[in-house]
Amino acid sequence: MATHKGFSIRGIGARTIDSVLRLGYATRFIARTIASSGTSLKRPRLVIRELYFTGVLSLIIILVSGLFVGMVLGYQGYYTLQTYGSESALGVLVALSLVRELGPVMAALLFASRAGSAMTAEIGLMKATEQLSAMEMMAVDPIARVVAPRFWAGFISMPLLAAMFSAMGVFGGYLVGVVQIGVDDGSFWSQMQSAVDFHKDIMNGVIKSVVFGFAVTWISLFEGYDAPPTAEGVSGATTRTVVTSSLAILALDFLLTAFMFGGV
Amino acid sequence: MQRSTLDLWVGLFVMGGIGALLVLAMKVGNMSSIGGGSETYALTANFDNIGGLKPRAPVKSSGVVVGRVSGITFDNEKFNARVTLNIEKTYKFPKDTSASILTSGLLGEQYVGLEGGGDPVNLNAGDRIKQTQSAVVLEKLIGQFLYSKASEGGGDKK
Amino acid sequence: MPDKNIIEIKDVSYAYGTRPILTGINMAIPRGSTVAIMGISGSGKTTLLRLIAGVMKAKQGEVWVDGERVNDLDQAGIFRMRRRLGMMFQFGALFTDLSVFDNVAFQMREHTDLSEPMIRDLVLMKLHAVGLRGAHQLMPSELSGGMSRRVALARAIALDPALMLYDEPFTGLDPIAMGTITNLIKELNAALGATSIVVTHDVQEALDVVDYVYYLSDGKMVAHGTPEVIRNSTDPLVRQFVYGEFDGPVAYQYPAKQLADDMRLPGGAAH
Repeated sequence: MATHKGFSIRGIGARTIDSVLRLGYATRFIARTIASSGTSLKRPRLVIRELYFTGVLSLIIILVSGLFVGMVLGYQGYYTLQTYGSESALGVLVALSLVRELGPVMAALLFASRAGSAMTAEIGLMKATEQLSAMEMMAVDPIARVVAPRFWAGFISMPLLAAMFSAMGVFGGYLVGVVQIGVDDGSFWSQMQSAVDFHKDIMNGVIKSVVFGFAVTWISLFEGYDAPPTAEGVSGATTRTVVTSSLAILALDFLLTAFMFGGV
Repeated sequence: MQRSTLDLWVGLFVMGGIGALLVLAMKVGNMSSIGGGSETYALTANFDNIGGLKPRAPVKSSGVVVGRVSGITFDNEKFNARVTLNIEKTYKFPKDTSASILTSGLLGEQYVGLEGGGDPVNLNAGDRIKQTQSAVVLEKLIGQFLYSKASEGGGDKK
Repeated sequence: MPDKNIIEIKDVSYAYGTRPILTGINMAIPRGSTVAIMGISGSGKTTLLRLIAGVMKAKQGEVWVDGERVNDLDQAGIFRMRRRLGMMFQFGALFTDLSVFDNVAFQMREHTDLSEPMIRDLVLMKLHAVGLRGAHQLMPSELSGGMSRRVALARAIALDPALMLYDEPFTGLDPIAMGTITNLIKELNAALGATSIVVTHDVQEALDVVDYVYYLSDGKMVAHGTPEVIRNSTDPLVRQFVYGEFDGPVAYQYPAKQLADDMRLPGGAAH
């Protein structure tokens, strides 16, 4: 890492060149990972194992957060809509906020801090303890054996987790809005169904979560693989994973939203 | 971790995720009401003003959703808007049906309302609905209201 | 020629950028022998090991391993060569997410089509050779330093390599574990009929095991010979290393200004 370059013109220039180089290296890395996915295809067990670590172990945090976010939306939405006398639109508000934005974004942020940081730490430690070198010495490519299965597992679990987050959130909104406050059950669901479009809203949400899944897994794996092989190196890389992933998720969300909903 | 336990959890996870997607599609979205399976036929109607009507807005008759707006274009001969409606095959409407653009609630979305007449002959695919009523444009309404108030009160207030 | 010597290194030089790591190295290691590459930290011995394993390629000179010129090999060729090669890393480098059994079975599962019962027998045999057959279901985190090293050894010999590389096998071990590893290196070399290269700075253990010693200093081969020759060497560099003298040609003091200058004493060159 480039430290103490200061804020001089030269320092800024050097850092810019550093980041361009790093981006280039990261791109080569992900290209190599995707190109070496053959092992993962031939031995799906490798991916299943990683699905357990990235997907199943993230379930609790995703489901609980989804429920709470949905319940909060139920309260806030109700008190806002009540002012205009349109409480019956609560279902629409809850569902659209979750499916379009909160589901993919929140699930990705949670995924980055739960599964992404774990991936970085794991690969960083494997590198620091020479496990990756040992694998290479045994004529096994660590990118194919270690990195690619994790990449596919992250790529697969992200949209599933986001869908579960949204579904759980809608349920939370229903609990607060219908069960507790007493918004009409029928209009809650029917207004939601007539306003939420499968292609425009749900599929776009899924596309978002697929993009986020790609970005978060890429960042996590690369930071781990590129981490300096020391304790500080790995902990620094783990922090960078969470920070970079969060920024990437929010920036990509802006771009995707502008692209998907900005045109019409 | 035993292999079978791991497989079980991953299986449950993937099923849960796909299940959540299905719930979103069926229960939250409108996949169930307008599925790919139900056949439709097209009708057209010309309106002087469609207000804020959007493609895919519902078409209702007596409050029942009978179809969707499939297209909105400008008619170069009549100089007004031509709206294409996709009506589900199971619903029939007589020749003298009237179409109007209505709003659900004060600020709700706009939809097309169909009201059947008494003609024994039904509309066929591609037919045009002749009696139409344009969208109520709020600004126009307020303008009319102010104008009538102004003429009543002698015109000293705006 | 490759029939007699498993490794031939001819006039090899290597540099990181402009910083030379190795200069003009020549080595010939006959089959079946046990050889030590010694030197202080930073003398380039690990780099030499990496050149042999094909992790890096020599910029000048030739590296021949088992009849193949490593300089010419592409990635697939390097991987093919490495299947005949076993390496034991400094701290074992066991895969922490796999059990002892799966660690030893790793290469068999990756590179062979052997059936699971066959793999089971082979793994237990290999573990038996290092005295840890009873520990096969443990995880690496449950092993002591010496035990991890032995498991790593069992893993390295899983596919009966023709050439064994040991990177600092004695570092951080207690005397008993050190004795165990020393003994195992000797025994396994005889049992496998393999050639062993031990990179180390633990002089006494290494001199007990090996047939021949290469001594590196500052990227140059300054001495080589049998353990006897090295023990009786008069070269000050070798003497300092073998007998662990704290000052000598390798200076105790890190290069610095005159003491008087740093202490700001009168009479120093500074004002």
